[in-house]
Order: sequence, then structure tokens, then C-alpha cells
Amino acid sequence: MVVSLLNLLRRCVIIGTIQLAGKGFREPAKKEQRGISIMIILEDVSKSYSTGSPALNNISLHVEKGEFVFIVGDSGSGKSTLIKLLLRELTPTSGKIIVNHTDVGKLRHNKIPKYRRGLGVVFQDFRLLKDRNVYENVAFAQRILAVPVRQIRKNVPSVLSLVGLAEKYKSRPRELSGGEQQRVALARAIINKPPILLADEPTGNLDPKNSWEIMKLLEQINKNGTTVLVVTHNREIVNAMQKRVITMKKGIIVSDQKKGGYIDED
Amino acid sequence: MRISTFFYTFGQGIKNIWRNKIFSLAPVATIAACVFLFGMFYAIVLNFSNIVRQAQSGVAVTVFFDEGISDEKIQEIGTEISKRAEVSKIVFVSAEEAWESFKQEHLGDYVDSFGDDNPLAEDSNYEIYMNDISMQENLVTYLEGIDGVRTVRKSAIVANMLTSVNSLIGVVSLGIILILLAVSIFLISNTVALGITVRREEIGIMKLIGATDFVVRAPFVIEGMLLGLVGASLPLVAIYIIYQRTVIYLADRFKVLDSLLQFLSIHQIFSTLVPVALILGVGIGFLGSFTTARKHLRV
Repeated sequence: MVVSLLNLLRRCVIIGTIQLAGKGFREPAKKEQRGISIMIILEDVSKSYSTGSPALNNISLHVEKGEFVFIVGDSGSGKSTLIKLLLRELTPTSGKIIVNHTDVGKLRHNKIPKYRRGLGVVFQDFRLLKDRNVYENVAFAQRILAVPVRQIRKNVPSVLSLVGLAEKYKSRPRELSGGEQQRVALARAIINKPPILLADEPTGNLDPKNSWEIMKLLEQINKNGTTVLVVTHNREIVNAMQKRVITMKKGIIVSDQKKGGYIDED
Repeated sequence: MRISTFFYTFGQGIKNIWRNKIFSLAPVATIAACVFLFGMFYAIVLNFSNIVRQAQSGVAVTVFFDEGISDEKIQEIGTEISKRAEVSKIVFVSAEEAWESFKQEHLGDYVDSFGDDNPLAEDSNYEIYMNDISMQENLVTYLEGIDGVRTVRKSAIVANMLTSVNSLIGVVSLGIILILLAVSIFLISNTVALGITVRREEIGIMKLIGATDFVVRAPFVIEGMLLGLVGASLPLVAIYIIYQRTVIYLADRFKVLDSLLQFLSIHQIFSTLVPVALILGVGIGFLGSFTTARKHLRV
């Protein structure tokens, strides 16, 4: 009886937060008027693949500048599709996505690289260039911006120091541990000082100690003003960090908590 | 583009070749074969053209005049003929010169039996040499229409044969070169496509962190152009050595035909062949790699 009541109460809370989230996305204009800058806006975004049910179903949300947001949910909940839409790897079937004042859905092919340079990206599988050493992997993000070599020589050691890998700049990815590889990926993601950092399961392949180190780095990056969006399954970290948590299920947002924890689904 | 970016891209192109060195051998070998054959045919065609030109310079149309024609009229005809575009040189042979020449060539000891008679008294003529032997027919038609001209003699067989052989060599070599060009472009394209497949993950990463199509494609295009350059340079060295040895051998072996076989020097051949071959090699490399990179890198 008590359990049933608790479940009912929790469902009410979830429905309430959905409604709040639903109202929330219409607020960006008001918030911008109040001087709060909105970095990411999704308005009624849906994404359907050729087969099966939609991966995202009419979702709306906004993320303010400087926020740290966790996106959690089971496999198939639409988290990865959301990240791919933000990265413009995919285009929405309907709805509008605005990232840092850019309408992502309307981006022309030749404008995509410039848009992506405004995003730092970290993946679960690190995605480092295997034939290049740590220095070259991080420097590459600057080379594509045509940053002068002299400047690159200054910036790379500095950012490698920040992630604690200054002494391993000559190492190849295969010579590093998972945690170290993720720190290289993080260094590459932040070297151009992007306003937004997207992390797709950044601790997915790491042990608890390394996971915490990465999360601390992400928190530090966030404190420096970067908006951070982290897709994760790591319940312990989400619960401990007490950041905004958006929970997704079957392509919709089922919860959006300002300082929340990992919501169990049943 | 910054100089440092250019050198970085260039370095990546070289690294691509090094990574796929085994697969890079095929297009280099094909381009080398293509340029080698092109070079050899070019040298042969150029030398043959030279020989034909020399032979052509010895082929003349002869014009004989009506009996009793005045010297003024002959001179007038000569002036008109020399104005024609086909004509490179016109030589007047008087009846006396014609008889002297005939005596020396054909009569030998029997010359005295003719005494002071000149059987060729009415055979003064113009020997007309042409710029291009293929224009002979036009010229003959014109000459035959001139008032005061009795007969026009031409050496059609020699002229036609030389022109035909020259054209045949040109057509055959062009056909072979075109086939080799197509094969070279295909192989370059395959090598680059393979490189792209091997590096698909890496290319995806580059794209995700904001690399433009140019930054991703450029190393592949440079790879193709470098393969083309190497493929074109190797046969030039081979042609240089082979040509010189062949010319020395032929000149030595066929001393009898020394006056006919006047070979061009390697420098005359290379002054055109080197730039054309290098442009050809780099062009094949560019075309093969650019189209493939464009096709496969739309990530």
C-alpha cells in the first residue's frame, strides 16, 4: 500500500516536471530579456528513422549558458540521437534546434564545420587519432582553425597541464590508459575554448576512480563558464554531483530536475 | 591558406603514401608505364616526323612548260607559284641544266653519241618543294590550271606513304596512351578510395571536431598528385638513358643510312617531353584522387 502510494506520488512528480519542462521551453525569450543567455533550445523536436518508432518524440528543452546538465535514460531512450542532432550528424524530422544562436536544422553543409568548432565533444570510445601522439591529437583541433604554429605550441602544453598529461605529450593513444585517453579527448575538446561541451558517456569505459577524475575536470571546465551537457548511465556520479538532470524514456523527456538525481524507471 | 597549414597538409599526404606504400606501388607503376610509353612514342613520332620532314624536303613537284614559251612568261609563272602558301622553295632548272644532270645520272660513256644536241631542249622546268607533303594534291590541281604549263609531275606514292605512316603512328600511340591514362586514373582512384576506407574512422573524428571538407580531402589529393609526380619522373630517367643508348646503337649499326636517319638530340625531345610528362602524371594523380575524395568524403 505504502509502495503503491509512493509510486503514485513519484509519477505525479514526474508528470509535474514534464509539464514544467513543457512550459519551460517557452520561457527562453523571457529569460533572454532578463539577461540569461540560452545556449541550447529544442522546440518540439522529433526524429524518426525509416523503421520503427521515433527516436525522439516532440521534445522541448532549453539549456542556459554556464549550466551543467546530465541527460540520463536507458538504452534506446533517445539520448544519443539528441547528441547527434546537436552535433548536426543528424537533422530533425520536425521541430527547431537552436545552439548558441545558430539554427542547426537550417545549417548548410559547408557551414557545419564552423558550427562544430563551437562545440567541444567527448565520446565514450575517446575517438583519438591513433597514428598521432597526444600532442598532435590536441593540436589537430587547432590546426583545423589555422591557428599559428607558435600559438599551438603554447596552447597545447597548457591544456595538457590542465588535464594532467603534460609529461605524456609524446605518447601514442595505445600507450595510455582509458582514463588518460579520455583526458586527451577532453583536452582536445576544450583547447579552442568552445562555449558548449557535449560529452556522450564520457565515463562509460572507465573505472570509478578515473570516472571521478573526468567528472571533476568537466566540473572545472563548467566553472570556467562552459556549458556542459553530459549523457551518462553513471548513477553514482549523477546522484553525487547534484546538477540538473534530464531523464529520457522512449524518445521523450520524462523528468527535468534542477538539482536532481538518477530516477529509476520501472 | 597559411604556409604552416600547407606544409602540414603536404606532410599528411606523404604519410598517407607511406601508410599505403604497397597499394601505392600499383598506381605509380601504371603511371610510370603510361608516361614511359607516352615518352617513347613521343620520341618515335618526333623523330619520324623529323625524318619525314627531311624526306619531304627532297620531294618536289616538277612543272614543265608549253613549247616555245617565252622566258618572261616562265618567270611570271615562277613568281605566281612562289606566292602559294604550300610552297617552301622553288628552283628553276634550265634545259641545259636538265640535260647535264640527265647525262651524268644516266648516260655515262654513251654521252658522246649525242654530240651538241640537247634532247631536253623543251624541258626547262620548276622544281617546287612544299612545306607539307599532304598539300600536294591541292598544289598540283592549281599548277595544272596555269596557262603555259604543259605537264606537272608529282611523287604521290612517296608523299602519301610518308603521311600515312606518320598518321598511323600518331593514332596508335594516342590510342595506347588513352587506355593507359584511363587505367592510371582508375588505379589512383582505387588507392585513394582504399586509403579513405582504412581511415574512415579517423575522417569521421576530424569531421566531428570541425574539420572542413578541404582539410580532410587535401592530404588525399596531395597523395594522388605525389604518386603521379613520382610515376612520371621514374620513366623520364629511363627514357633519358634508353634513348641515348638507342640513338648511338642505331647510328652505329646503320651507318649506310646516315643521311636519312638524322635523330633528334635528347635535349630536343626532353624540352617538351619533361613538362608534358610531369603535367600528365600530376594531372592523372589530381583527377583520380580529387574525384574519389570528393565522392567518398561527403560525411
